[in-house]
Amino acid sequence: MEPILEVKDLHTNFYTSNGVVQAVRGVSFSLEKGEILGIVGESGSGKSVTCMSILQLLSNTARVTQGEVHFQGKNLVTLNKKEIRQIRGGKISMVFQDPMSSLNPLMRIGEQIGEMIREHNRGMSKKEVEAEVVRLMGLVRIPEPEKRLRSFPHEFSGGMRQRVMIAMALACQPDVLIADEPTTALDVTIQDQILKLMRSLQKEFQRSVIFITHDLGVVAELCSRVIVMYGGLIMEEALIDDLFEHPAHPYTMGLLRSIPGASQDRSQRLVPIPGSPPDMLNPPKGCPFVHRCPYARNICAQELPPYTQLDATHRSMCWLLSPDAPADNNPFKEVREN
Amino acid sequence: MSGTNPELILEVRDLTMHFPVPGKRIDGKRPVVHAVDGVSFSIRRGHTLGLVGESGCGKSTCARTIIRIYDPTSGQIKLDGQNIENLTQAQLKPLRQKMQMIFQDPYASLNARMTVRDIVAEPLAAHGIGTERERTERVHEMLAKVGLSKEHANRYAHEFSGGQRQRVGISRALILHPELVICDEPISALDVSIQAQVVNLLKDIQDEWGITYLFIAHDLSMVRYVSDDVGVMYLGKLVELADSDEIYAHPLHPYTQGLLASIPVPSPRLARQKEEVSIEGDIPSPIAPPTGCRFHTRCRYAQPICSQEEPVMRDVGGGHQVACHLCK
Repeated sequence: MEPILEVKDLHTNFYTSNGVVQAVRGVSFSLEKGEILGIVGESGSGKSVTCMSILQLLSNTARVTQGEVHFQGKNLVTLNKKEIRQIRGGKISMVFQDPMSSLNPLMRIGEQIGEMIREHNRGMSKKEVEAEVVRLMGLVRIPEPEKRLRSFPHEFSGGMRQRVMIAMALACQPDVLIADEPTTALDVTIQDQILKLMRSLQKEFQRSVIFITHDLGVVAELCSRVIVMYGGLIMEEALIDDLFEHPAHPYTMGLLRSIPGASQDRSQRLVPIPGSPPDMLNPPKGCPFVHRCPYARNICAQELPPYTQLDATHRSMCWLLSPDAPADNNPFKEVREN
Repeated sequence: MSGTNPELILEVRDLTMHFPVPGKRIDGKRPVVHAVDGVSFSIRRGHTLGLVGESGCGKSTCARTIIRIYDPTSGQIKLDGQNIENLTQAQLKPLRQKMQMIFQDPYASLNARMTVRDIVAEPLAAHGIGTERERTERVHEMLAKVGLSKEHANRYAHEFSGGQRQRVGISRALILHPELVICDEPISALDVSIQAQVVNLLKDIQDEWGITYLFIAHDLSMVRYVSDDVGVMYLGKLVELADSDEIYAHPLHPYTQGLLASIPVPSPRLARQKEEVSIEGDIPSPIAPPTGCRFHTRCRYAQPICSQEEPVMRDVGGGHQVACHLCK
């Protein structure tokens, strides 16, 4: 497998009146061709900012201070406005969480999708564009596309609007699709329909997808590989089965324990993660999870742990995995010895 | 409703809430949104009833009508044996001590210009309970109960995280020691790691005080975990009601089956084995709901009778109620 997109040591800061918020603090990962990579994390973990940094979609108060994003022989971080516009929508496109505020309420659906096609394919005739719009709307399973392309966004339900967003994102046959919580605002039944659509599109066209979500259930159903983010850092990266069956970070374990499983006994208490996420204005010197971690030791507060490579595809940032970590009260004792 | 069962804290019979659509007239008649249409259920003291359904199914309207934010179009609401559907707001006031509400959005439901002490003490002040000093005392006790400290009392809502704000909202709802608390999506706006904290807190307080909850949420796995009984609503109708373990193990209504099947399973192994029984299409308009069974337009098992005759709620054994022509 060869990576289609590589992010190396990305740092992104927000400059606010209260000080510098270090939203992303050294994130490296690669996206393989044809895979769906999940990025999981709570609000403020830096998952969305990472992806916004890739496409230079950050607001004026934010800046990428360090790092590279390699895509088709280019470093996206250094591109100017005109060059990044060629990439955005054309080669890498994005689907956002809220389909209502992402669509123009005064423009017909067909025109909005068509605009996207014209932007990247100058010289296409009006008829050709419309035929392409109908094809795309059919692709994302919008019923009666010939009729519905004359509708306005308010005439569409939330799920249908999200299909329109996906159709727009697919309009230029992008190599990479970034979906930022595309189903969070939708009902479970509609979420299920959209996930099914994403799965079938991925199978049909072998697209590479980055799927950002806070819902571990969605990740389990859709992704082949997962990155768990916390405090602007990647805490753990693993293949989907490894992450759920053998989590190797206390934060991942905490997340998995705090959701009731399908067979959760009601008399059994949930095990929440105590406390709340760190303040990224003053992130802890060591591991960002230190104040909420049941296994925290002195070193955890002092120094950021290095990544431990458990196998070719599984890495985790935790002092418990280091060779000199104590054996008692260590959930990863066996992992370490293997 | 004849006789009163002292076991039941809340009894709802044929509750209907229609909202007129402003401005429009069709055939001289004002169209209405059928938000809640003939819903009946009851909750036993100290138990939790979960209400689930897609957005627009009427679960929140149902809750708000019960607590009399809205005046019901018809039907009966019996709180602790007393009918409250026709009471005026003045008559309701003393009863408000018995029922309180926790709201979904902990950002919008707390006054930004009031300190936490004043927010939590406001129900006491509204009911004229205690002196200022006694109220402060009770606020401090209440905050300790929900895992906040005395020092938090003098701060403002914006200084808190989402989870802490929801604890403030819970304090405000519980400070009057109500018997019934309506929780309208209390955890939907919170991060996963915080949701479990709040759910555990609600359960602990219930165990200690014997409070009754009407718990509304769209996260079905959390509802199953929290509730003793679960009711499923679709387009203003209650379509199935049963013990929570029973309804998840043996859902009878095709809508319940589809709804449960669409929950993402947090296990990749189980996710791959999952059967594909999801629901197609979108929820129809509540202004002109489908005839007969309201779910027939999306139901994969629909028969001719389903579009002609409205199914009634029937007990199919062991308190498991379902409204479907095809469930025998």
